[in-house]
Amino acid sequence: MIAEIGHYALVLALFLAILQSTLPLIGAARRNYGWMAVGQSTALVQFALVALAFAALMNSYITSDFSVLNVAENSHSAKPLLYKISGVWGNHEGSMLLWVLILSLFGAAVAWFGGNLPAELRARVLAVQGMIGTGFYLFILLTSNPFTRLVPAPMDGRGLNPILQDPGLAIHPPFLYLGYVGFSVAFSFAVAALIEGKVDAAWARWVRPWTLAAWCALTIGIALGSWWAYYTLGWGGWWFWDPVENASFMPWLVGTALIHSAIVVEKRDALKSWTILLAIVTFSLSLVGTFLVRSGVLTSVHAFAVDPARGTFILLLLLIVIGGSLTLYAIRAPALKGGGLFQPISREGALVLNNLLLSTAAATVFLGTLYPLFLDAIGGAKVSVGYPFFNATFVPLMIPLVAAVAAGPMLAWKRGDLLAALQRLKFAFLAAFVVVLITFYIQWGGPVLAVLGVGLAMWLFMGVLAEYSDRIKLFRAPFGDSWRRAIHLPRSTYGMSIAHLGLAVSVAGIAAAAWQSERIETVRPGDNIELAGFSIHFDGIEQLQGSNYTSARGTFTVTKDGSAIAVMRPERRFFPLQNMPTSNTAIHTTLLSDLYLALNDGDAPGNWTLRAYYKPLVPWIWIGAGIMALGGLLSLSDRRWRVGVAARRARRAPAEAVAKA
Amino acid sequence: MTRALSFFILIAALTFGAMGPGFAVEPNERLADPALEARARGISDHLRCLVCQNETIDDSHADLAHDLRVLVRERLTAGDSDSQTIAFITARYGDFVLLKPPVKGATLVLWYGPLAILLIGAVGTVVWFRRRKMTGVEEPAPLTDVERSRLKQMMTEGES
Amino acid sequence: MQRLLFVIPVVLFLGLAAYFGLALTRDPSTLPSALIDKPAPAFALAGLGTKPPLARDDFAGQVVLVNFFASWCVPCRAEHPILMRMAEQEKLTLYGIAYKDRPEDAQRFLTQLGDPYSRIGVDQSGRVGIDFGVYGVPETYVIDKAGNIRLRHVGPLTASDLQNEILPLLKQLGRS
Repeated sequence: MIAEIGHYALVLALFLAILQSTLPLIGAARRNYGWMAVGQSTALVQFALVALAFAALMNSYITSDFSVLNVAENSHSAKPLLYKISGVWGNHEGSMLLWVLILSLFGAAVAWFGGNLPAELRARVLAVQGMIGTGFYLFILLTSNPFTRLVPAPMDGRGLNPILQDPGLAIHPPFLYLGYVGFSVAFSFAVAALIEGKVDAAWARWVRPWTLAAWCALTIGIALGSWWAYYTLGWGGWWFWDPVENASFMPWLVGTALIHSAIVVEKRDALKSWTILLAIVTFSLSLVGTFLVRSGVLTSVHAFAVDPARGTFILLLLLIVIGGSLTLYAIRAPALKGGGLFQPISREGALVLNNLLLSTAAATVFLGTLYPLFLDAIGGAKVSVGYPFFNATFVPLMIPLVAAVAAGPMLAWKRGDLLAALQRLKFAFLAAFVVVLITFYIQWGGPVLAVLGVGLAMWLFMGVLAEYSDRIKLFRAPFGDSWRRAIHLPRSTYGMSIAHLGLAVSVAGIAAAAWQSERIETVRPGDNIELAGFSIHFDGIEQLQGSNYTSARGTFTVTKDGSAIAVMRPERRFFPLQNMPTSNTAIHTTLLSDLYLALNDGDAPGNWTLRAYYKPLVPWIWIGAGIMALGGLLSLSDRRWRVGVAARRARRAPAEAVAKA
Repeated sequence: MTRALSFFILIAALTFGAMGPGFAVEPNERLADPALEARARGISDHLRCLVCQNETIDDSHADLAHDLRVLVRERLTAGDSDSQTIAFITARYGDFVLLKPPVKGATLVLWYGPLAILLIGAVGTVVWFRRRKMTGVEEPAPLTDVERSRLKQMMTEGES
Repeated sequence: MQRLLFVIPVVLFLGLAAYFGLALTRDPSTLPSALIDKPAPAFALAGLGTKPPLARDDFAGQVVLVNFFASWCVPCRAEHPILMRMAEQEKLTLYGIAYKDRPEDAQRFLTQLGDPYSRIGVDQSGRVGIDFGVYGVPETYVIDKAGNIRLRHVGPLTASDLQNEILPLLKQLGRS
């Protein structure tokens, strides 16, 4: 009964979405405010309905109602509660329901917080959201209904893949989808702007917080996924350039370009048609990612959905959404005239460079991800495009980008002085090269690219600090004066600096991977292994019984120079239901480095295989991503975005505008 | 990756039934000669596991990956060069096993595409700058020294 | 001219969508053999139990089917009735290679389900499998009179595979 309520709520949501995609649009064209206002109520009610549907499915999972096919296929009564809940989105149908839940959440948010938008713009944005919703509700109801009943109901379910039974993975998809789907708002704003034929600073100011919010969520989502891969898969890697990873990374790259180009629209009234294009492409890449993951066209992604009808349906959806918006773009965008002129060497110029490099990087990932598909489709050879390709093509694009991030914010708008900016960065330069290169080279030697990477990270880090101290005139004005400036800097400025610092931290973590050391040994209790100055002693193994698995847990005592550092307990779990082992790694982190142990069955009874890694700076990869997201959130909290602030600010604007220049 | 990857592992395990005992390169596979072993690791780090499809054979637990790791080591021990060893594998499994696709006719677009996109983008940006300059509004002349000092004065006034 | 620039994105996308459409019709999981139209690798394997051994030269000058199977492989069981039908009704010559299987297990498997093979080679190490480019059993190869591999089928054979793929090819190759 409850499952039927969920199904029914979804059908109702579909009808509301259809209403929402038509009435407000017509209303906006005819200036009928009543019709325009329909969008707000439908968006809010839609969210309530989808939330109801979602709650219904979750209820079926929690109560282990195996008469629902989806639950029977993906859950099991002995599963811990957390994974019964996360099991809702651990499969195709349920994750699509989460997808539309987040879509309707964003729709409702635009309706709720959009009070400062012109009525026409809000109506059109909501209409476009309604169209996207219509497509996806249809997709779920016609091809992927999570509420399908199973008669007779089985005694128990098939369970969730043990690898997915992990807290990190439980929250990874919601963040990822918040990101993917969040970009739909930027998309809707872009399409609405094309319909209106008007893009101005106000438009950019409205669209930026939505984009930032989605970007933060996607950053966190990708970082969580990568971190999860690091600690569960047991081989110490954290990014493999797998098609599914790339599917989430491409929208991130273009979305990053978008939040930067929108600044130029807001401040300088330039790059309008480009920014609109980026907004369309960012969400389009999210959709293409959905297509790739769920249609079975790529080898990595088999198991998600093998039903060709789904692939066809999503492709149709892509044709309508992306094809339609790009056609509209081709017709309307030429009329958008950019205003502000600027020199190539200027803040705008730096942001153009940022966009050029990020777009090329995204295109590179796109090419690499889809190339095997293209070649196969034209009857060519089957090839693989793996991480060596991306390391060879993507990394060279990131080097100039990271280098430029330090200098960009130092340039003035319109006409910058690169030489002066570089002069102000000379401390950063010195710090980067003298301290880092020499220390690292003496310490570890190692690959040139890695040394360069750490140097680059240091350059960026110092560059951001230099830019900040420059802004508050640290040491050049009385200290109180600097303090006053620091307090009065807008939060978005702090957000930028912090996000850029986060990038520096991540880059250092990525580059330092070259200095990892590894031991793979057969061990028996009592054995001792030396790794990077650590002594790892195998104390013993104990057998444990989990709720739905059995486990062999090893105890290792780690000492360095005779003093105990940590006791680490890697586990080997076995899930009888799926007849599948997983390895639970043990990680001892100092935040400066990780000691990583993974245990596995050995070649004889009593033997175990131990993989031990020492990974300097590796936690920085995710810490950096977290800092980036934090920067984004801080920027998001800037009161400039809030309702009515823009008008109040305008009165004070002249003085501040000069002060900032 | 990751979720789908793991789904795939599960499916692969069910389909191929060959859930090997270990994961990734195993101690007992290793060669005594560290130089040779390092070469073997380098090679197997660039070969794709065919059963699981999105792992290197070095990282994979699959049975076939184990066999291929042993094979790579046998070839190296027998005196094959790295490229001969790789050729031995590709003769049987095709270019598909190479995670780094070879540069040849069919992959030119792949390998030179990124550079081409960057160049097109860069040239496009330059052209755009120039056109804007020509068609755009008169650009304001740079500030004279007098204006500059006046601006400075205004700024300090504005702050205090 | 400038307007044309704005049309590029949609044109690129339509091209992309066409490729996606094409890709939907293809199965990404099957790999073509690297040995198509190339000589089948030489091998000489011990026979199963008391049966004679199997070597490549045993089928020189014939059109033959070589099937890799294993007792531990679940899809092999699914495919087995088709193999039996091929041997009994279609009177095809099937050579089996027991891939990474213990002889006694393979023997039990065939005793249980019937033996469709004229001869069986035991490839316990899986080396012959690697020489053929096998990546998952069952796999079936068609080898022509000149000893070249003409077809590889990965995964269990179905009745329609037999009707639409195997039999027409055998006919074309002039099975004697």
